[in-house]
Amino acid sequence: MPSLSLAGLATGPAQAWGSVRLVPLLRDEPVPHLRLHRRVYRDPSIVEVGDGTVYTSFIPHAFVATWQDGDGPAASYGTRLLDKDDAGTGPARMPIRVRRRMARRVARDRLRFLPLHLAVEGYLALHFGGPEIAWEEWSRRALDRGLSPRCEESYLGLHVQGLEDALGVFEIHPGQCGVMIYVADALAGAFVVPHPDDYRALHATLVEDLYGERIYQYGLLRPPLDGMLVRIDDTRVRTPRDLRAEAARFQAEWARFHDEVMAGGLFDPDGTYQEVQYLNGFTLGRFLPSFALRRENHIGEAVTDGEGRIAYLKSFRLSDGQVHRGHLLTRLAAHGWRLADAAPALGTDAAGLALRLERSGFGYLLRQDVLDHYRAQARARSQARARARR
Amino acid sequence: MSETMADLVACEDVLMFVNAAITSTGQEEFHDGGGGQRLSLAFLHAYMLANYRELYAAVLALDVNDHNAAMIVRNLLVHAADAGGPDRRRAEGRLIAARLEALPPQRVLRLFRDLRRAGVNNRRTRAILRDWMAARPDPAFVSVKYRGAVRDAVRHAHLRVDPELGDFLFAPRARTSFPTPMFETWRRAHYEQAALYELPYTVAEGFAAKHRIPRQVFLERIEPRMTRLERLRLQANAGEHKAGSVRTDLSAMPLTRLASYVLALPLDERAERREELTTALRAAARRTAGSAAGRWGRVTAVLDDSYSTTGSGQKRRRPLAVALACHHLLRVLATRYTPLWCSGRSDALLLYPYGPTPLGERILDALDTGADPPPDRLVIVSDGWDNAPPGLAAEVLRVWRARLDPDRRVAITHLNPVYDAGGYDVRRLAPTVPTVGIRDAEDLPTLVELARFAEGRAGIEDVRAYLGERVARFTGGA
Repeated sequence: MPSLSLAGLATGPAQAWGSVRLVPLLRDEPVPHLRLHRRVYRDPSIVEVGDGTVYTSFIPHAFVATWQDGDGPAASYGTRLLDKDDAGTGPARMPIRVRRRMARRVARDRLRFLPLHLAVEGYLALHFGGPEIAWEEWSRRALDRGLSPRCEESYLGLHVQGLEDALGVFEIHPGQCGVMIYVADALAGAFVVPHPDDYRALHATLVEDLYGERIYQYGLLRPPLDGMLVRIDDTRVRTPRDLRAEAARFQAEWARFHDEVMAGGLFDPDGTYQEVQYLNGFTLGRFLPSFALRRENHIGEAVTDGEGRIAYLKSFRLSDGQVHRGHLLTRLAAHGWRLADAAPALGTDAAGLALRLERSGFGYLLRQDVLDHYRAQARARSQARARARR
Repeated sequence: MSETMADLVACEDVLMFVNAAITSTGQEEFHDGGGGQRLSLAFLHAYMLANYRELYAAVLALDVNDHNAAMIVRNLLVHAADAGGPDRRRAEGRLIAARLEALPPQRVLRLFRDLRRAGVNNRRTRAILRDWMAARPDPAFVSVKYRGAVRDAVRHAHLRVDPELGDFLFAPRARTSFPTPMFETWRRAHYEQAALYELPYTVAEGFAAKHRIPRQVFLERIEPRMTRLERLRLQANAGEHKAGSVRTDLSAMPLTRLASYVLALPLDERAERREELTTALRAAARRTAGSAAGRWGRVTAVLDDSYSTTGSGQKRRRPLAVALACHHLLRVLATRYTPLWCSGRSDALLLYPYGPTPLGERILDALDTGADPPPDRLVIVSDGWDNAPPGLAAEVLRVWRARLDPDRRVAITHLNPVYDAGGYDVRRLAPTVPTVGIRDAEDLPTLVELARFAEGRAGIEDVRAYLGERVARFTGGA
């Protein structure tokens, strides 16, 4: 994975409300030549995929990225967008490619994409084709149609307890270009835009985003959040100047703690990064984690400039079940979809792996008789164990 | 002085209640919903009434807001039987009468209606109602302007009124003429357009609708009958209808109200009318300060203009308006004045709620004056949601008191315009710094006086003495 990092974004002081902590990310100056806007859809959208297949979904809003050549002021693009944007007058709605149907060029200098769908699609399309080698265990259906249909669940931000209120009372910093959302101090998502004005306009859209199941549950627990208040060692203060220095030192320490500890799990060094679209010096891509168990796994999408600085970022924290599924699929694929080979790597045998696949909702991938055989085996084994204990 | 635990608790309770009664109006705030505010306030009232009835009544003499004053009077009358001996009753009655006199009539009449709805009709209530009605300098005006409410009050208390007023309230069609000119005008206004322009604005508005008079014509002609507030409220509306004559005389406006008005104007208009608005604000501040002008020494103010000063839909920009009014008042009171706005802006006329609340940093700016001596007095006007970073203000104030200024050379006061429903008090910054609630900047001098009790060094006896003195001044002056 190329080194995605939050370089260029300074961590500001956090604001907590209920169990939600919001950490602002500040830029000294906006990223030039790129702006993000929001487009609200009131009706369900139907996206034509191109080969006759139609993708239907209700999408509350989309982001439109505009960019420009030369060094002119980027801020003037805000209004130009909306006047000729209708489906009738705009350029024909056509996807670039099947895989990229969530990101669509609306005009020469404009790209429309659905926030987070790109990342979620990347996750859903994980080994979407199914087994590459037709080992005898795999069902007909798995070989013909792969993992289709594949679905995952997520929660709307409005359903995460306290998130709406927390965003409502949050005081946006001058120069703020992003935010990290923590629920019960677990990183729920990161959001970064190129320009402070974009952030101001898009701040409220955060409640309409997707959040993982674990974040939803943490919201329900509502542990009180305090702590992380400033503590100053008063024995080191002799003059008002010392007091100021101590305050600055605390702020720097907090920012370092946040970046290293609290946000440390956002970018997985063993994860993968996939470039989806080039837009005039910027690259739109998505990243997947390594699906290591018992740690944070974030999927996300990012726009980076030529130097690798992040202009746009949105991430989604996978729930435990989702991590498990991703983990199983990647390990299987790594071993050529052979159960017997993959099982030792997962610390089990073929029977155990088959049952794990079934528990994860991938039972349909295995041939029924194979699965029944493994089930019977497991049953016999547990009965033998019970007898031995007696 | 022997201080028991009960005394300390009592002292704290009373101050907590006073803070709540000054700031909360039972309306929505930035961080709280209206329901939470009302619930929290109702609890405090019930608690005070049950435990400290005498002090509870005495709070009427302080600058509590009208909403709470009405609530206190209502609670005292609902539980009139628990008042105690005749002396206590008399003292309470005097306080209630004095406070009702100070309340605007529509508030008092609403209170009477509340009492009626609650089925409270004891002898004291009737006597208080009778005395209030008898004390009206212009009973005809009140009766015309609030006819329905007056009728309800008269009926509820079985008041004996003179036959003409009785007919006006209960059987206006029984007469073909009234000797009182106001009543007669009201009667004629039913049939004659010209008559309605002699009625109070709110009454005339109904008749204007009945006679289908165009809004512009109506506003132009009714203008002399408007009260100051009605004029202010309608100025923008009249502008839309091109009724240019509705223009408020800003020079007579109270300071906080004026600040609210200024902050409601668009930035362009504020910049255009800079001269006029600034002059009006300064004049109002000078009028409020009176003889205290220039007596406060070197003053530094840390003023909150963060996004949370937006207030709510019901209290639009109220916290910011209070800060702006305090800014102008302190400028007059101080010999040398340094304002520090949270956002770092310096043009007090073009303020709007913006950004986070780095109170700690601003307090540092105020205290860390380098070669200059620190100010004599530091006044902080903020809702207490210190968040950039959270808790820095508390630490700065703590370390300042503990290490840098143990002799308390700098008098620090925190004034908070927002009631925190969850905490049953206004939010504090630090235990060492007294925090008092503020509603109108006009009360600033008396609140700073009250702040010494919040410091925790005065006992309940001091509070009692202070309240006693305020009560004597209040009931004596009325």
